[in-house]
Amino acid sequence: MAKRIEAVGVTAYYGSVKVIEDITMVVEPKTVTALIGPSGCGKSTFLRTINRMHEVVPGARVEGELTIDGQNIYDPEVDVTAVRRTIGMVFQRPNPFPTMSIFDNVVAGLRLAGVRKKAVLAEAAERALRAANLWDEVKDRLDKPGASLSGGQQQRLCIARTIAVEPEVVLMDEPCSALDPISTLAIEDLILQLRDRYTILIVTHNMQQAARVSDRTAFFSIERAGEPGRLIEYDDTQKIFSNPREQKTEDYITGRFG
Amino acid sequence: MTSPALSPLPLRRRRLPRWVPLCHALGALALSAVVVRGTGVGGWVLVGLLAAVLYVAGMHVTTARVAGSRAARDATWRALIHAAFLIAVLPLGSVCWALVSRGVARLDATFFGTSMNNIGPRDPMGGAYHAIIGTLEQVGIATLITVPLGITAAIAIVEYGQSRFANTIRFFVDVMTGIPSIVAGLFVLAFWVLIVYPVFNDGRPGYSGFAAALALSVLMLPTVVRSTEEMLRLVPAPLREGAYALGVPKWKTILRIVLPTAWPGIVTGVMLAVARAAGETAPVLLVAGGTAAINYNPFENNQSSLALFVYSQATDSSRFAPQRAWAAALTLVALVMVLTITAKLLARRNRLAH
Repeated sequence: MAKRIEAVGVTAYYGSVKVIEDITMVVEPKTVTALIGPSGCGKSTFLRTINRMHEVVPGARVEGELTIDGQNIYDPEVDVTAVRRTIGMVFQRPNPFPTMSIFDNVVAGLRLAGVRKKAVLAEAAERALRAANLWDEVKDRLDKPGASLSGGQQQRLCIARTIAVEPEVVLMDEPCSALDPISTLAIEDLILQLRDRYTILIVTHNMQQAARVSDRTAFFSIERAGEPGRLIEYDDTQKIFSNPREQKTEDYITGRFG
Repeated sequence: MTSPALSPLPLRRRRLPRWVPLCHALGALALSAVVVRGTGVGGWVLVGLLAAVLYVAGMHVTTARVAGSRAARDATWRALIHAAFLIAVLPLGSVCWALVSRGVARLDATFFGTSMNNIGPRDPMGGAYHAIIGTLEQVGIATLITVPLGITAAIAIVEYGQSRFANTIRFFVDVMTGIPSIVAGLFVLAFWVLIVYPVFNDGRPGYSGFAAALALSVLMLPTVVRSTEEMLRLVPAPLREGAYALGVPKWKTILRIVLPTAWPGIVTGVMLAVARAAGETAPVLLVAGGTAAINYNPFENNQSSLALFVYSQATDSSRFAPQRAWAAALTLVALVMVLTITAKLLARRNRLAH
């Protein structure tokens, strides 16, 4: 059950600094949407507003409306932990929990949500690891520390950990920027498989990656340093990379800017 | 054409033969022995010091001649750093040597099995059993009080650090760090021994091991809070965010992700506090009173402790007392060391075996 995300006039601040302004876009269920743009244009910030991770930083706040299947997640009655369980997130650098084994890492979300039954956990772990294309590599050493894996495996472990709690949406913040090309390929394959079940948003600096994995692409940019980031163009990936509507988008994609 | 800021370095340079340092060392030793002994102004310590200075100077000159001035500066600084290390380690080694060499004389079964009850000035035996019991109970109770309180306070400061409450805690912890142990003892004497304890004791004030534990926990608390705070700050933010992103509430993230990650460091901080508390004499003297007899009950009557035992034996007129004091000092250091090693092993076992 993937979900539809609708952002209307989303503006985010760190303290008094406005980082993104007036982002309005709709993400359809079971699609992969790439967010591209130069550094500091606010694409990661926008991603973090979608599962309310932006506000984890002291002094950060969000204005505007963000709805998931019609429900505003910034409604005061909304439970933040429920939002984050529905909308999972994979970070730039793999961050497995260092005190936990591979198995414990995968089921961490379930265990901390109160699931105790061993059989349930074991089944969920296998399902998530298989979905993350990691099962065959780790099935014989599930009790080894998560940190003993290679960088690419750790990132897939983090993806497995994210999908183990069965979210509807998966946010990925430059998931391959710390990985080598082969691990990157493994994760891109994985994204294409996950599209069947989840709504995926991915921030990337790699335009080939955006072109390879996404259905739709959103281009963010800033006028100059210190200005808030804005959504410049949002369209089918095919269209953005072959025949963009905006001159700025074309300049960025062809490498003339950014 | 301007000259470059750096002249190019030759890739190869001549090296000093291996036998040169040894020759210099022997030469410096011989020369300083001749000088010091000849003038008759000092002993072998002065010979060693002078030889070290001569060695460093001689090596500098020779290295500069053979391998160039840069290599000479490198060798000299290296020698100075090694010397600084030796000077820092020397007192520690000296303390260990003094403790072991003088402490072993009375390290026997009687010492660990009996108290000082009915031991007169002419009796050679007597032991520290009552003091060991006292130290273990007092420090144990103090740790039980301090660890939960200290860790909770550190969490309040680090994880909920923006609030005025947290800032207040931080301020008072800083103030507490500077409390002299005698003041902590006086505080407990006034507050517990003279005011609270009489309520439970038909109006009569009284010493107890528990009062000593209270005073020790006043001293331990700032150390535990401060070190736990540092350790919690070292836990990388992405770990917390990773847990938040799984829909884990903040309090559960702290308990299940942040604390276990910081645990080995927290244990180290706790053991530092335990070591300090175990060595305190003044508060125990003030509020537990000290005794020659065994008292297992920390809530009633006088208790002794190892540090207090060392103090009382060191000032005792009996000619057998100094040996008991040294043995007790050695026991105290060994006890703290065993506790620290055990705690670190346990903390490490909680982590995964690689």
